[in-house]
Amino acid sequence: MTAPRLEVRHVTKRYPSVVANSDVSLSVAPGEIHAVLGENGAGKSTLMKIIYGAVKPDQGEVLVDGQPSRIRNPQEARALGISMVFQHFSLFETVTVAENIWLGLDRSHSLESVRERTAQKAREYGLDLEPDRPVHSLSVGERQRVEIVRALLTEPKLLILDEPTSVLTPQAVHKLFVTLRQLAATGCSILYISHKLDEIRELCSQCTVMRGGKVTGSVDPRRESNASLSRLMIGAEPPQHAPHTSSAGEVALAVRSLSLPTPDPFGVALHDISFELRVGEIVGIAGVSGNGQQELLAVLSGEQPRAPAGSVSLFGRDMSGRGPRLRRREGLHFVPEERLGRGAVPGMTLASNTLLTRARHIVGKPPLGWVAPRATAALAADIIARFQVKAGGPQAEAKSLSGGNLQKFIVGREIGAAPKVLIVAQPTWGVDVGAAAQIRGELLALRDAGCAMLVVSEELDELFEICDRLHVIAKGRLSPSIATRDASVERIGEWMSGLWSEAAPC
Amino acid sequence: MESFALLVAATLNAGTVLAIAGLGLLVNERAGIVNLGAEGMMLCAAIAAFATVVHSGNPWLGFAVGAGVGAALAAAFGVLVIWLNTNQYATGLALALFGGGFSAFVGVGYVQEKIATQGSHAIPLLADLPFLGTALFRQHPMVYVAVLLAFAIIAFLYRTRGGLVLRSVGENPDAAHALGYPVRRIRLLAVMFGGALCGVAGAYLSLVYTPLWVEGMVAGRGWIALALTTFATWRPLRVLLGAYLFGGVTMLQFHLQSQGVDVPSQFLSMTPYLATILVLALISRNPTWIRVNMPASLGKPFHPGG
Repeated sequence: MTAPRLEVRHVTKRYPSVVANSDVSLSVAPGEIHAVLGENGAGKSTLMKIIYGAVKPDQGEVLVDGQPSRIRNPQEARALGISMVFQHFSLFETVTVAENIWLGLDRSHSLESVRERTAQKAREYGLDLEPDRPVHSLSVGERQRVEIVRALLTEPKLLILDEPTSVLTPQAVHKLFVTLRQLAATGCSILYISHKLDEIRELCSQCTVMRGGKVTGSVDPRRESNASLSRLMIGAEPPQHAPHTSSAGEVALAVRSLSLPTPDPFGVALHDISFELRVGEIVGIAGVSGNGQQELLAVLSGEQPRAPAGSVSLFGRDMSGRGPRLRRREGLHFVPEERLGRGAVPGMTLASNTLLTRARHIVGKPPLGWVAPRATAALAADIIARFQVKAGGPQAEAKSLSGGNLQKFIVGREIGAAPKVLIVAQPTWGVDVGAAAQIRGELLALRDAGCAMLVVSEELDELFEICDRLHVIAKGRLSPSIATRDASVERIGEWMSGLWSEAAPC
Repeated sequence: MESFALLVAATLNAGTVLAIAGLGLLVNERAGIVNLGAEGMMLCAAIAAFATVVHSGNPWLGFAVGAGVGAALAAAFGVLVIWLNTNQYATGLALALFGGGFSAFVGVGYVQEKIATQGSHAIPLLADLPFLGTALFRQHPMVYVAVLLAFAIIAFLYRTRGGLVLRSVGENPDAAHALGYPVRRIRLLAVMFGGALCGVAGAYLSLVYTPLWVEGMVAGRGWIALALTTFATWRPLRVLLGAYLFGGVTMLQFHLQSQGVDVPSQFLSMTPYLATILVLALISRNPTWIRVNMPASLGKPFHPGG
C-alpha cells in the first residue's frame, strides 16, 4: 500500500482567544478528492493555512508522501507539489492573464513559454482563457480559471481549493467538477473545502467534517444524506420553514426602465431594469457578484442619486434623486452587503451604531437634536437581547463582534424600525448556520407582518428557501420574475449567464 | 531663432531636476510607498554633493555622494514605514522637515563657497547642427541621463519580470506575499532607488543648475516632483513631459519678466505650476487610465500574514 499523499496528524493551533484546530487528523490518498466540510469558523481555513505553510501549528505534524515535512512558507509548499486556489483571488488586476500566471511560477520560465503553456493547459482541460487579456476585464468565473490554470502549471500533487464555487453559476460549477475529476484521474489529490452539502456529495469520495476546531466525523459523503452531514457539521438538522401561502398586496416599491451608465470603469452599467415589489412578499435577485448588484442596490438605497426621474417609486411616490434618509422616513430600510464600513462603523459602539439609522426613534425632539445616551443604549440593548447577539453589551465596538453577530445586530436594527420595505443584500454571507437560520426566520416573520422585501444574494439555496418570486441579474440586465415554486436551479443557472427569453412567464 | 534655441536648452536644464526626482519617486510609488520626504532628501543631497565638490573638486564624486545620501535617508524612512509600520505621510513630512533643517545646519559654512561651473558638454557632430545643436546637444551629461533613465525605467517596468513583480507589489501586496515574494525587501529597494534619484536631482541643483549652496535652495521642487508623478499617472514619459513643461514655462516667465511685460511678477511665477497641472490633469483625466496605472496599495500599510 502506498503512503497517503497527505497526512495531517494531531494538529493543534491555539490563538489567544480561540482554539482554531484541536487534535485534527486527516489523510488523503493519491488521486482522491477529499472534502473538508464545516461552517464558517470551524477551523477549515486555519488547517489549510497550516498545510500550505502560511501558519505554524503548535502541535502535530504534516506528512507529505509519508515524509514528515516542516513547511515554513508557501514556496516550500509549492516545492513539495502543494498548490492552492484561494477563496479571495490573489490576482493582480492591472496585468494580463499570462503575466499573472508567470508571477506564480518560478523564475526559470520566460513569459513567452508561459503564454504558450497557459493556452495549452487551458485547452487540455477545456478551460476558455485568453492569455493577453488584462485581468480587470475578466468575469469572476474567468478569474477563477486563471487561478486554476496557474495552480495546474505547477504540476501539483495536491491541489487545495477553498470554497471555489461560492462565486460560480451552477453551470460553471458543473464545468469545474469535470476539470477536477479529470485532474484527479491523473493522480493529483484534491482537498476541497466547502460548506455546500450537495456539491460534496456529488464530487468527493471522502469527507472530513469539522466543528468548533475539532473533527466530528470522517465519512464517505456519497453514502450520506444532507441531513446526516448537516448533523455532523452543526450538530442539528437544518430548520424547515413552513411554505408561504398568503398572497401579495399592493405595490410597495416599483422600478421602471432604470438605465444608468457607470462612472467607474470597472463597474457595471444598468440597462432597462423594471420590477415591482409588493406588500407581504419576498422577491429575490440572484446572480453572480459583479453583474450590477452593487449599482442597483446603490440606486435603491439612495446612495446613488443620479437615477432618472420616475425610475424608482415607493408606494406610488417618485423617490429617484432622494437620499437614504428621506427614503428611510418613507419606510424603506436597507441592510447593505458590507457589514463593516457600510452597515456599521467599525470603531463606534453598538449604541452609536444604532443611532445611524434609528436616530429618529431616539434623538430628542427638534430643534436641538441632542443625543440621548441612555435611550440609545437601551435601544441597542433591546436589539442585542431580541436577536441574541453575542456582544459585550451596547458599549462594545462594532468591530469586536464576529461577522454573524454583527449581521444579526444590523438586521435586528433595521427590522426593529418596522420598515414597510426592506432591502437586504447577502443576508447571511459569512454567517454560521445557526445564526443564518435565525436571520431567515426573522425575515420571514417580518414578511408575514406585511413588509415588502427584496433580497439580493449569491446563495441560490437561500433564495429558494425564503423568496416567493425570483429575478436574476446578469450584465446589468434583470430577467423577468418567476415564482420560486416554478423555478429550478438549472433554469436560474442559465439565466445567471444572461440567457433568458423575454417571453418567459412572469 | 538663436534665443529660442537657448530657451529650449534652458528648459531641458531646468526640467532635468524634476525629471530625475520624479522618475525616482515614480518607481518608489509603483511599489506602493509614498515618500513625502523628497524635498528633505534633495536638500541633504544638495549640500552633501556641494561639500564633496568643494573639498575634492570632483563633480562625479559629488553626484555619487548625493545619490548615497538620498538612498540612506530613504532607507531610514523605509525601515520606519515598512517594518515599523509608521504612517507613510507623517513620516515623509518629518523627513522633509528634518532634511530642510539639517541641510541648513550643515551648510552654514558653505554658503560663501564657490565651485567650478560645470560647462556644457557638446556631443560631437550633433552639436554642430544648426538650431538643434544649440537647443539639444550642448548640455550637461545628466540632461541626457534623465532621458535615458525614463526609457530604462519603461523597459524595466513593462518588459522585465522584476518590473512586473514591482508593479504587483504596489497593486496587491497581500497577493504578492501569498505567492512568496519578499514584499518588504522589494519595497525598501524601491524606496532607496527613489531616494538615490532624488539625491542625484538635488546634486544636479547645487552642482550644475546653480552651482552654489543656499539654504532651502530646492525651493519646493521636491513637492513638485511628487505632484508630477501623480498628475503623470505614474507613467515615465508623462513625468518627463511634465518636467520639461514646468522647466519651459519657468524659463519663459523669466524671459517675460526680464522683458518687463506688464503683468505682476507673482502671476508669472505662478504660471509654471498652473500650466503643468492643467496639461497633465487634462491628458490624464480618463478614469480607466488612472485605475489601470495607479498603484492600488499606494500609501496603505502592509502587514504580512495579517
